Amino acid sequence: MKTIIGLEIHVQLSTATKLFCGCSTDYRDDEPNTHCCPICLGLPGALPRINRKAVEYGLRVAKALGMTVPEESEFARKNYFYPDLPKAYQITQYDKPLAVKGAVEIEDDEGHEKIVRITRVHLEEDPGRLVHVAGGSKYSLVDYNRSGIPLLEIVTEPDMRSPQEARRFLNKLRAILEYLGVFDGEREGGLRVDANISLEGSERVEVKNISSYKGVEKALTFEVTRQKNLLRRGQKVTRETRHFMEGRGITTSARGKEEEHDYRYFPEPDLRPLRVSDWVAAIELPELPTARKNRFMAQYGISPNHARTLTGDPKLADFYEHVASVDSVLAATWVADTLLGELNYRDMGIAAVPADRFMELLALIRAETITDKAGVQVLREMLDACAAGKPCEPPGVIVEREGLARATGDEFTQVVEKVVAANPQAVEDYRAGKKGALNFLVGQVMKETRGRADPRELGRIVSEFIDTGGV
Amino acid sequence: MITESDIEHIAELADIGISKDEVPAFTTQFNAILDYFEVLDTVEGKSAPDAGIVNVFRDDEIQPGLSQEEALANAGSTEDGFIKAPRVM
Amino acid sequence: MAGTLEFSPDDRYNAFITTCRQAPFADGPLAGTAVAVKDNISTAGIQTTCGSRILEGYIPPYDAYVVELLRSSGAAIVGKTNMDEFGMGSTTETSAFGPTRNPVDPGRVPGGSSGGSAAAVAAGLVPMALGTDTGGSIRCPAAFCGIAGLKPTYGRVSRYGLIAYANSLEQIGPMARTVEDVSRLMSVIARYDPRDSTMLDRPYDHRPSAEIKGLRVGIPEEYFGEGVDPRVGESVRDAIGVLEGLGAKTVPVSIPGMRHALAAYYVICTSEASSNLARFDGVRYGPAVDTRKSWHEAYQDLRLEKFGTEVRRRIMLGTFALSAGYAGRYYAKAQIARRNIREDFERAFREVDVIAGPTMPTVAFRLGEKSDPLSMYLSDILTVPANLAGIPAISVPCGKVDGLPVGLQIMGRQFEDERVVDAAYAYEQEVRA
Repeated sequence: MKTIIGLEIHVQLSTATKLFCGCSTDYRDDEPNTHCCPICLGLPGALPRINRKAVEYGLRVAKALGMTVPEESEFARKNYFYPDLPKAYQITQYDKPLAVKGAVEIEDDEGHEKIVRITRVHLEEDPGRLVHVAGGSKYSLVDYNRSGIPLLEIVTEPDMRSPQEARRFLNKLRAILEYLGVFDGEREGGLRVDANISLEGSERVEVKNISSYKGVEKALTFEVTRQKNLLRRGQKVTRETRHFMEGRGITTSARGKEEEHDYRYFPEPDLRPLRVSDWVAAIELPELPTARKNRFMAQYGISPNHARTLTGDPKLADFYEHVASVDSVLAATWVADTLLGELNYRDMGIAAVPADRFMELLALIRAETITDKAGVQVLREMLDACAAGKPCEPPGVIVEREGLARATGDEFTQVVEKVVAANPQAVEDYRAGKKGALNFLVGQVMKETRGRADPRELGRIVSEFIDTGGV
Repeated sequence: MITESDIEHIAELADIGISKDEVPAFTTQFNAILDYFEVLDTVEGKSAPDAGIVNVFRDDEIQPGLSQEEALANAGSTEDGFIKAPRVM
Repeated sequence: MAGTLEFSPDDRYNAFITTCRQAPFADGPLAGTAVAVKDNISTAGIQTTCGSRILEGYIPPYDAYVVELLRSSGAAIVGKTNMDEFGMGSTTETSAFGPTRNPVDPGRVPGGSSGGSAAAVAAGLVPMALGTDTGGSIRCPAAFCGIAGLKPTYGRVSRYGLIAYANSLEQIGPMARTVEDVSRLMSVIARYDPRDSTMLDRPYDHRPSAEIKGLRVGIPEEYFGEGVDPRVGESVRDAIGVLEGLGAKTVPVSIPGMRHALAAYYVICTSEASSNLARFDGVRYGPAVDTRKSWHEAYQDLRLEKFGTEVRRRIMLGTFALSAGYAGRYYAKAQIARRNIREDFERAFREVDVIAGPTMPTVAFRLGEKSDPLSMYLSDILTVPANLAGIPAISVPCGKVDGLPVGLQIMGRQFEDERVVDAAYAYEQEVRA
């Protein structure tokens, strides 16, 4: 049964001020109603003014997605009542959006390239924020700091075939937006998604307001299962709007009035139309994720998987390019496979990692001063210090202090001798041709050296030692 | 013809209260006005883009806004810097 | 010569909603001149109600741009004038603060919706006042009260701080006893304001001139047809004769789109109003909504209680005209009609410099006379075309019928406010002499 998914993504653009007024967009962690003026509070008589930068950002996205910018576009009023909407209409774009018809390339579930078509992008203002007071109180509380933040709404065609594809699309889109410098992925709630999902031949369900891009895959996976179960039981899928309950990982029906909106759109009489199609030619796009991925593979000789991971976030890609001079393949492995995991575990961003220290670490590994295993241990110490806000010691100092240098020479020979001597049964088994015995002996050496011995050559050394009659 | 239930529906859509005893008069007046509006059926011509000023922008520069006190000054009731509104559920 | 103006008027006609007993003023071209401001124009620190209970007690935290300009010109803002609630009326009877009476005949309405401003000027309480004109709301009360009033070209005066009724149609404009004072006030308020995106930078710096020799005056047949009181038509024709005596030439013109004007106007203004007035919900300002009720119930109760009947009727009309299934028939058609009318005027203005006719089809109504909404709407037929076309239009007194003033309306090309002022000034100077 084919799954059909289309997305509407609302992205907060990273302008300094709101879409229609000069209030700062940097409101997070600030007191409620402290980033407001007559315009974004919807005070009587105040008039909106279009932020040129928001239009430029929108066009940058349009160009990156290969979209057509019509000769004229226009803002319109979408009329509906909600306490977080101070004018009781949202200034958005309706039948004359900023740009139409574009595409994003992703990989499908079999790893083949595929195209997700973009229907349109348009600019609109974010509403304020409603806080529901706990404990069954009768009222809600409103904060208008978010009111008027510029949003770019990006609408796709129903081209995705699984929740995983939807996730890959969002990752790709997010990377493009970050490369373009129009979106800050670290701002909480900066990207919100409405998803349309249906099983072929069945009614379509809209899942509203998924506030994290990680939630999208979860919500869609839940919906696929729910809809398949309904059909399996011989029931029908109802065409409806559902809400995603982030905490519980389920969607619930939003029955009732929300279904029957009549938004009464009409052109915003306080604003003049946009004629900006001729701005597009002058926009210089940065290198975008796909181009950068291909360049990484060619220039650094790294695998497609590493290249994709490393170019998924411009800050990560910049970091990689900075540290790649030590050894580009070694750096790719260490950044993509090790560093990212350690950062996720600590909920840290790449920006917190001192690149010069990381390069020193790579140099120690490359020079075989330390083993990979010891390298991970040093990295953890470095990151723990960064996370705690302490200065990051040079990895060489950590190696010294913790005694993590690779075991070599006499020390190493002594350990091998000691292990072989202490395990005569294993030595005998090895001589009898049992493969597992050698692994056991190697493991014992690793244990004795706390990872400072290199497992790659340890097998050869131990077997040589026994074979040459070291005992 | 607009019926009394149409009038009640429009009032609902406009989120404007209407009392039962107003409905008949509103309906009669609406119909008289809409009869008059029928002249628009004879309008000829196509909609075309509105000529005139285009591309009116401001720069992305932060301007001073209202203090929290000023923002809340006209609100009917507030709590901890928030404005109170009826519950949505 | 900055100072404070004492203002304690005998407001027997109920021209004011709020008066400022101690009105400060600064130095400038209007230093110490008492100016009244219509109560839909935001004044920082002074209650601004739009003639509605739903804004009772609302104190704007900012000045409209025209108010900033008034203050910096030295004018003393002495009060906020009465008006039809949100400008929705032609009589000032729909004000929640009671009707204003016409100083010429207190049994008559002053016209509307800027009736308070007109009455304050006509009664001699202030020499000049600001009104606003969405479909005639400056010119109608000017005509009924026997004063002068100018609706400027759309985009000539900043709407920043004007509480919107119908954004695409309305302008703030000057009202005064003489055309000269109308022009003086216009030169204070017509200054570019980047906060109003629909403005053009075309400041008004003009001293009226009575020299109109060779002026081509268009006489549209539609302005003297059915529904226009013949005696009013007669007064206006006499006035046009005066202009001819001054060397103007008259040319018959036609505005065929007039037959759609009133319907188009009412569809557009109610549509925009239905959206503009949706924000009045008692949350951020105005009398508080009951937060113990569920939100739809609470809003509907508040809006039923605080909005007057005419306001609710127009909100509903506009909601209907924009609603799914009807927008094409009403809103979209009205926009086409509007463009046709604008083109009619452009065509006429290729032949003539100004167009003249009556401001209102009749003299001032008796209080309570226009109880049926449609019959009140119909009285706007001669003023709404200028708003639909965005052109300047002035009303200047031109005689009386039954002792009640008649207004001569002069319309001009976009951004030729100076020319309509000159024509009105020439007439005024001639009949005064």
